[in-house]
Amino acid sequence: MTETQSGTTASPVERVIRARREAGTGALIGYLPVGFPDLETSVDAAVALAENGVDVIELGLPYSDPVMDGPVIQAATQQALAQGFRLRDGFEAVRRITSRVDAPVVLMTYWNPVVQYGVDRFADDLAAAGGAGLITPDLIPDEAGEWIAASNRTGLDRIFLAAPSSTATRLQQAVSTSRGFVYAVSTMGITGARSDVDNAARGLVERLREAGSESACVGLGISTAEQVREVLAYADGAIVGSALVSALANGGVDEVARTARALSDGTRVS
Amino acid sequence: MALRTQTGPYFGEYGGRYVPESLIAALDELAAEYESARDDPAFQAELAELHRTYTGRPSIITEVPRFAEHAGGARVILKREDLNHTGSHKINNVLGQALVAKRLGKTRLIAETGAGQHGVATATAAALFGMSCVVYMGEVDTERQALNVARMRLLGAEVIPVKTGSRTLKDAINDALRDWVANVDTTHYLLGTVAGPHPFPVMVRDFHKIIGEEARQQVLDLTGALPTAVTACVGGGSNAMGIFHAFLDDPDVQLFGYEAAGEGADTPRHAATITKGRPGVLHGARSYMLQDEDGQTVESHSISAGLDYPGVGPEHAWLSDIGRASYLPVTDAAAMDALRLLSRTEGIIPAIESAHALAGTLELGRKLGPDSVILVNLSGRGDKDMETAGRYFDLIDAEAEQV
Repeated sequence: MTETQSGTTASPVERVIRARREAGTGALIGYLPVGFPDLETSVDAAVALAENGVDVIELGLPYSDPVMDGPVIQAATQQALAQGFRLRDGFEAVRRITSRVDAPVVLMTYWNPVVQYGVDRFADDLAAAGGAGLITPDLIPDEAGEWIAASNRTGLDRIFLAAPSSTATRLQQAVSTSRGFVYAVSTMGITGARSDVDNAARGLVERLREAGSESACVGLGISTAEQVREVLAYADGAIVGSALVSALANGGVDEVARTARALSDGTRVS
Repeated sequence: MALRTQTGPYFGEYGGRYVPESLIAALDELAAEYESARDDPAFQAELAELHRTYTGRPSIITEVPRFAEHAGGARVILKREDLNHTGSHKINNVLGQALVAKRLGKTRLIAETGAGQHGVATATAAALFGMSCVVYMGEVDTERQALNVARMRLLGAEVIPVKTGSRTLKDAINDALRDWVANVDTTHYLLGTVAGPHPFPVMVRDFHKIIGEEARQQVLDLTGALPTAVTACVGGGSNAMGIFHAFLDDPDVQLFGYEAAGEGADTPRHAATITKGRPGVLHGARSYMLQDEDGQTVESHSISAGLDYPGVGPEHAWLSDIGRASYLPVTDAAAMDALRLLSRTEGIIPAIESAHALAGTLELGRKLGPDSVILVNLSGRGDKDMETAGRYFDLIDAEAEQV
């Protein structure tokens, strides 16, 4: 599976996103960290996402220095680390979730844990656990040679970020290097709910289209069904994180299920 | 290949840019502006004039024979960066970067600080150039260094206590990076050491290399020869890169960086990154770092807040790997003894950071013998450390504390 997103051998994530787009809407991607509030509950919560309208599960691996994350996700991942989260818990979570639901699961991880685990070993263990790929917030394609080789070998998706400040050349690089989707950062900032999803997101997705993207998903600041609908009017997917983490922190798995269901309203053709 | 001509982004397998895509445009812009400034005689002249009339450069060298009696009779010469305005080498880099920020049209400076020295220097430059300034400082450090917090506020800076993670320097860097991502249009992140993503390691080194360039000539003038060895303390490594750089292609000059070993490099409480760490990615660059098996950053410990950092600049990682410089651990106790020794034998109170270099030099002198000449970077003065030293040596009267 070494073709890029335009190829005929679409990855599971690409197939899901394509199916949602062809249905006239777009995909809902939901983020939750592994190990928060504990491993068992984080697995149940991820399963609840898939059972309540989330198309792709993004599982975050807690990391000591998460520079892209805002206060809500920081607090959750810090708690997971304090409770003894280990990388192997990430693979275990992927295994358990993919045995219970069909939604593809991608991991979101900062780069150093992958380096220390061994890039090839990480790719092999993720593929063996049934994972679909990696979102790498602090790894740009320029530094990703080893990961590109490992993901080509294992068929895993590699999802790079695109920002409103990225040049046309860099957007082209993000599009041609990514598989699964391109993570379009809606605003110049970090994760966390915002009342307005930046206008920059629309412009960025337009520029990604010009760069050839068929699978651009918008993240950062999206927390309501209204915003999901707004984003899906121009993008292929909407990524929600902090709102789901808050729901889990405040009301447990039931509240995550309710929030996911409410968000997925934004993916219905009205 | 000359070692001095390295300009990044990679030093061997170290360095690079491991940051969110949102920062790449800002790093590209900064690298281009820095390179144009570096080659612009007007920029160099403006910086040189500032150093002459504001920093107080060139800083002098001082030979310290009474101290040297304890260093196996080696000649010991101090490069007096402690005499710079604001009390340490940090001002060299801060003025340079603030001028680059001005060229970029940025109106707001942000910085991280551990001990507060870099924060004070950045607040100083912001005051001098009429820019607004926000300094991120771990909550733990704001408590340890209350006086420097007051200094920064007096200079007009806003100090934000960082309450995330371990609430120390590494978390202050994380928060500064988060601020920069969100405010990159108006803001320059004035990183204080030779770490971080390209172009910071090379730019910060270049702004500090004046230390070694001056000292090399000053030692030649004084002794007629190059020194046997050059020593410096290493946290992130800016003062060490600054004094090492001029000597990199002098193969007979040995280079020694002294890392903070805290309670001992073989205990869990130290900051000896090259001695005990292994390569990884932290704060935007690949270098040595203190981390656990899973790559989670491990907290460092040192009596010196300025060396209390679990990473190190990528050029040091490379110099260590190729064997050009040696990095050795110095404990809290050895550093504090050297601090007291220099104070009592020479009337110079060094910063606790610099005292690590002095402690290493005492041992090195005994090894190299009386025919050797050792140049030490005295990177900062000890005024800021009086509370720590007072407690450590029990110098403050109990009654005086109650006032």
